[in-house]
Amino acid sequence: MSTATIDSHAVGHHGDAHGHHHKETFITKYIFSTDHKMISKQYLITGIIMGCLGMGMSLLFRLQLAWPDETFPFLESLLGKWAKGGKLDPNYYMALVTIHGTIMVFYVLTAGLSGTFSNLLIPLQCGARDMASPFMNMLSYWFFFLSSVVLMSSFFVETGPASSGWTVYPPLSALSKAMPGSGVGTTLWLMAIVLFIVSALLGGINYITTVLNMRTKGMSMNRLPLTIWAFFLTAVLGLLSFPVLLGAGLLLIFDRSFGTSFYLSDIHLNGVGALTNSGGSPVLYQHLFWFLGHPEVYIILMPALGISSEVISTNARKPIFGYTAMIISLLGISFLSFIVWGHHMFITGMNPFLGTMFMYVTLIIAVPSAVKTFNYLATLWKGNIRFTPAMLFAIGLVSLFISGGLTGIYLGNAALDIQLHDSYFVVAHFHLVMGSASIFGMFAGIYHWFPKMYGRMMNKTLGSLHFWLTFISAYLVFFPMHFMGLAGVPRRYYQFSLIPEFGIWMDVNVLITVAAWLGGVAQLLFIYNFFYSIFKGPVASTNPWESNTLEWSTGLKHIHGNWEGDIPTVYRGPHEYSRPDRELDYFPQYEKGNGEPEHYHGPVTVADTSYDGKKEKASTVFFSSFAHLFALKRA
Amino acid sequence: MALFRNCLDFLDFIPLFRKVKSKLATLILMSNSATVSSSSIWAGGRSPFNVSYGKLMMWIFLLSDAFTFSSLLVGYGAIRFSYAGSSTPWPEPANVFNHFPFMHGMHLPLLFVSLMTFILIFSSVTMVLAVEAGHRNSKKEVSNYMILTILGGLAFLGCQAWEWTQFIHEGGRLSHNNFGLTSEALAKANALGFGDHVHWEAADRVPGPVPFASLFFIVTGFHGFHVLSGVVINIIIWLNVVRGTYERRGHYEMVEKVGLYWHFVDLVWVFVFTFYYLI
Repeated sequence: MSTATIDSHAVGHHGDAHGHHHKETFITKYIFSTDHKMISKQYLITGIIMGCLGMGMSLLFRLQLAWPDETFPFLESLLGKWAKGGKLDPNYYMALVTIHGTIMVFYVLTAGLSGTFSNLLIPLQCGARDMASPFMNMLSYWFFFLSSVVLMSSFFVETGPASSGWTVYPPLSALSKAMPGSGVGTTLWLMAIVLFIVSALLGGINYITTVLNMRTKGMSMNRLPLTIWAFFLTAVLGLLSFPVLLGAGLLLIFDRSFGTSFYLSDIHLNGVGALTNSGGSPVLYQHLFWFLGHPEVYIILMPALGISSEVISTNARKPIFGYTAMIISLLGISFLSFIVWGHHMFITGMNPFLGTMFMYVTLIIAVPSAVKTFNYLATLWKGNIRFTPAMLFAIGLVSLFISGGLTGIYLGNAALDIQLHDSYFVVAHFHLVMGSASIFGMFAGIYHWFPKMYGRMMNKTLGSLHFWLTFISAYLVFFPMHFMGLAGVPRRYYQFSLIPEFGIWMDVNVLITVAAWLGGVAQLLFIYNFFYSIFKGPVASTNPWESNTLEWSTGLKHIHGNWEGDIPTVYRGPHEYSRPDRELDYFPQYEKGNGEPEHYHGPVTVADTSYDGKKEKASTVFFSSFAHLFALKRA
Repeated sequence: MALFRNCLDFLDFIPLFRKVKSKLATLILMSNSATVSSSSIWAGGRSPFNVSYGKLMMWIFLLSDAFTFSSLLVGYGAIRFSYAGSSTPWPEPANVFNHFPFMHGMHLPLLFVSLMTFILIFSSVTMVLAVEAGHRNSKKEVSNYMILTILGGLAFLGCQAWEWTQFIHEGGRLSHNNFGLTSEALAKANALGFGDHVHWEAADRVPGPVPFASLFFIVTGFHGFHVLSGVVINIIIWLNVVRGTYERRGHYEMVEKVGLYWHFVDLVWVFVFTFYYLI
């Protein structure tokens, strides 16, 4: 074994990255860039484009759900033969649902979220000149880009894109003649996902290595901002779960194209076996898929939780409540996410005893999730809250995380799941807790780190308006779906007007669609604000949010290697806000103190002393809030 | 012990862990409790594992690749056990893989695949020797041992090609196979001794479970693909060794990194051998 001590400051190409100057061309600077900040912007822009496409698709199929018997002539001019006479083709409806899910889950909330902020923040907040392997980082983005192109190209094949749902369950996906989209469309889908997995692995290996190996002096694991902990564990989840999807996809490709039957058991039509060969099991695919699929939920959510932790702490001007508890709960969620996949499969004929086990571990996830929620609330409690757009979105995340998370407890119950499975209740649950909450985290991140990425500020008024419209529309869209699901309305159905029992939900469907279009319009505000501010926004100051973390110690202008001089040393944790022994209400990690303690352990002063003028400990304040809540003590 | 303790230092953010650790340190390591201080290997500014980022990346990649192989092997297990008690039982691997080149018609169960396993493990030994020679900066020895490793890999691939040919020759296909035996033939097969002469007529054969052959191709094929890429990478690194790239660099860490990959591929084979052939 190697005996040399490896020092990230001395070894390799990182230590002196700012020392030598390559002549940068347009191609090396903007296209095949190896600079993590540029790659982060590439991920963000691609993610935003994919997000617009994904949302656009949902707006189209929402039209069908709200007005199933109407025609919309503009659909025919947009989609041609897939919307003859202005009415969506049923197969195309399925394709839109499938690709909407795929895009949102993988391309926006995995690559767009992790890819953007892990790339931007891991080197900047850990104090590294760049990622461990900038070249692999570039490859990661370009595999992702290629994957996006392959996926979208399936809209231009004769039989249309994959249409067996974002989970592409066999046999619909395994038999190329099962439905139009099962042909070339599904082949392209699988190719896109294989490319995506390669991209995720290249990125993930880089993120993990950078966090472990390349932190600056003093940046111990217990001084890492919670964003980094979240990105780190997200990368671990992706690294261990995406390979399993690769295995599952490999077998599916062979089933489709080379005559194997790993996922095909007997299918009979009129009593005659319809398959030339069989012998596998479609449930095997579900097991392999959900071994990825469940960690994937947390791959999506955890970066958003990490981002909101930092945004809330900074803008509440308070240390995050329970830093250690936040990390332990992230670790707990990461571990549990690998052993709960069976709760997606309660009604596959699973042994009830196994189902019970999956139910218990699923319900245990509520514990770390609740720890996080209460810590967010306790951080906000008595803070000097600055309602920046980022802060609004972070608080919005907490709200959506609660209301979406609670229904997870219903769905994790094996018995209740018999009624709720594959109903709109599931749609409501995951769109709130995983979809909306994560996209809110992503918006929080974009508004918060926009000055770091582009050196300019986004418009605050437009940002707030964007938040309120999105927030209201998210609840209007997804909350009524709970009631539909409880009543048994199944997901992925094309035309509810053909089923009289669901007629009472027609008005609700109209409401949902109108709210969805409102949400769509709200995103235009964001798009305008984002692209306008890149070029014309007011120039930002170096540390516009008066934040403690390391990324704000770099200059406004992006340079290869991030810091002009030496990488700063870190002296304390990331959340030293509102210390009473300091004149400023923040104490950056990179600022050497004058003998102040590293962490301030004394009572946290609260701005409002309406109780009895005494300064109280944060925990006392927190628990006394319950006393107020239950009217045990009068103010 | 000390290494183990340091590896857990990243848990220092848990106050209870810190307390227990310092208690333990004062109890057990009275002499040097000062080493368990806040300036742990996790404090930043260095690699906590004392490895370069490249080697760490290789380890992390192997961890992820292990999950890919696991998914295939778990899928194999699930499908195979679904045939327990079925009317078309899973063929006994010893009755299928019982051929050896130039030993026509003899019942030599798993002899050839054991030879393959031996070759692959032996190529890992030569790889270890190459890495060790690298630590001594002995270019000539590194080069020689890498050549042996490459030859071992090629020999393994050659064996696999022969085995696949034999398998296909006997009727193994991705979508069908005839490795099932009639009950009389099965009774006869079970009575065979090592080296006995055996010849199956077409009438002895019945279609076996389809996934038996498809899994054979997928699992050994995916592994063989890894061996092939390993050989290609080894050749590239060997060329660099010969050209003196690492001698100029002052260390042979690249050899060590491809060595990690090579041992991993070897280890995976041990699992494939155990689960697909032995059990």
